[in-house]
Amino acid sequence: MYAAASARAGQRRRWAFFSSLLGGSVELTDFREARRRIEAKRRHGGDKLTGAEEAARLVQDGDTVAVGGCLFSRTPMALVREILRQGRRGLTLARNLTCTEGEFLLVAGAAQKIVTSWMSIGLPWGISKILREYAEQGKARFEEWSHLGIGLRFRAGAMGIPFLPTLTMLGSDLMGVTGAKTMVCPYTGETLCLVPALFPDVALLHVHRADRSGNCQIDGYPHMDADIAKAATAVLVTAEEIIPEDEVRRHPDRTIIPGFLVDAVVEVPFGSYPHECYGLYEADFEHFTEYVAGIDARGSAAVRDYLERYVYAPKSYAEYLGLFGVEALLRQRRFARELVG
Amino acid sequence: MTAGAAHTPAELLAVMGARQLQDNTAVFAGVGVPLLAAVLAQKTRAPRLTIVIEGGIIGLEVEPGRLPISTNEMRGGRRAIMLPSITDTFLFAQRGFFDYGFLGGAQIDRYGNLNTTAIGPYERPTARLPGSGGANDIISLCREIIVLTFHERRRFVERVDFITSPAYLRGDGSRRKAGLLFGKVTRVVTNLGMLGFDEGTEAMRLEALHPGVTVDDVVKATGFDLILPPRPGTTDPPTEEELAILRKVDPERRFIG
Repeated sequence: MYAAASARAGQRRRWAFFSSLLGGSVELTDFREARRRIEAKRRHGGDKLTGAEEAARLVQDGDTVAVGGCLFSRTPMALVREILRQGRRGLTLARNLTCTEGEFLLVAGAAQKIVTSWMSIGLPWGISKILREYAEQGKARFEEWSHLGIGLRFRAGAMGIPFLPTLTMLGSDLMGVTGAKTMVCPYTGETLCLVPALFPDVALLHVHRADRSGNCQIDGYPHMDADIAKAATAVLVTAEEIIPEDEVRRHPDRTIIPGFLVDAVVEVPFGSYPHECYGLYEADFEHFTEYVAGIDARGSAAVRDYLERYVYAPKSYAEYLGLFGVEALLRQRRFARELVG
Repeated sequence: MTAGAAHTPAELLAVMGARQLQDNTAVFAGVGVPLLAAVLAQKTRAPRLTIVIEGGIIGLEVEPGRLPISTNEMRGGRRAIMLPSITDTFLFAQRGFFDYGFLGGAQIDRYGNLNTTAIGPYERPTARLPGSGGANDIISLCREIIVLTFHERRRFVERVDFITSPAYLRGDGSRRKAGLLFGKVTRVVTNLGMLGFDEGTEAMRLEALHPGVTVDDVVKATGFDLILPPRPGTTDPPTEEELAILRKVDPERRFIG
């Protein structure tokens, strides 16, 4: 699985050059190159079960990292935490709605660019002051697509084609800031928006269950995870629970991501915490409120302290969860059962 | 406000928004006051209203005290009819299945364009806002779009700094010329009154005032020249029943203020 990662770096440099010749602000991977990357990988078979630290080593400086879930739902927090601990640099984060993980990556200096449609935690917590600081002071670049726009970018990637036509984003200023192009429909003469495929170097996903081969089951809303897994060159998955292959084979209709897309799978209960995992635990809103109160008082310095306490100091994920306390975890699990049950 | 039961501006928006929705239709709603308005409609005039939110939840039935805060969370998923992927949720709108789009906005201009991206230049804004999310898609793809927003001079500007969500662009058919063939913004519901758009120029016009509001109040709170009718209508004030339902749905007053 490491061969795929090392092959990527040289290819990425070459294609960054070619895409710069194509103009526009959007950085593209050629769909032919994206296909070659998939064909170059050993895709089938093998035991992919590993630890979060080992899995996160597949992420390299400069990678475009797509994060699954949506906002504070099924965020692969254990993997984000490892990437931060390993001190990655120059990453581009691609996510549909960006939440606290985007703030962590910006403040830690891991990412300087975010491809997204929206960033903050949610209405009760106001506009992200980290987004404001990094955008208003020019400390990071934000490439803003509409929510469907970014979804279709992942879907075009998942389909292995260079772009998809759509009726959204037309006429808006999002066209200018993303460099999205239009075309005249050859059948009807109408104007169409073309969103370019997004082929992330790495996808980070958190799912409910997976087997050792990486076959994944997701309960509740699937978000964009299946498209992201197909579009990415490497796919790293954390699962709340590792299940036997027999259990997958008994319910093949529940497999949302087949193992042949997946490079590494890690068992991490509460792997999204303090974000939610449908039916298993509710997002910890009180924790968000405390976190935002810190930022309100001290800006990004509060995030740096938070990272020290929650990311760098705890040596293991168990130690990290210990900071929230068993009572909080059980309370959030109870809330989830009440909400979904 | 001189008539009806005492209420907050957000409650007034939710009530007036809810009254726009017909039964046996589908509404794609942003979270916050738009979703609250959709829930109120479902609990009053439109029991068979299909409510959609962009995290991939179709057919919400919100229980009192369990109004979703975000577009994807378990409060929304409970008793939904379908949880499709986010992309597929929007594609239902692109195909034409959603009758209404329900949106809020930070800045709105004469032609109804909304800005939730940036005040000042995009590259170095004086105030960065969260961004489009699904707002651009909702306004581009639903059949009839209704905007719910507070009526303030700093929000109602001549030209938005950034068109996140296009209504009529620069008027005179420019929305259609850009390729936005299907949807149209029919209403802007504010805490002062009801507004619409002139069919020819596509510029915003005042249509009705809420009880106790004068044309002068509206003009003073608007940063561009509104088209004013000779005799604007007056809306019926919120009823006790409407307000009671809102307060039951949002007991912590997160959205109703």
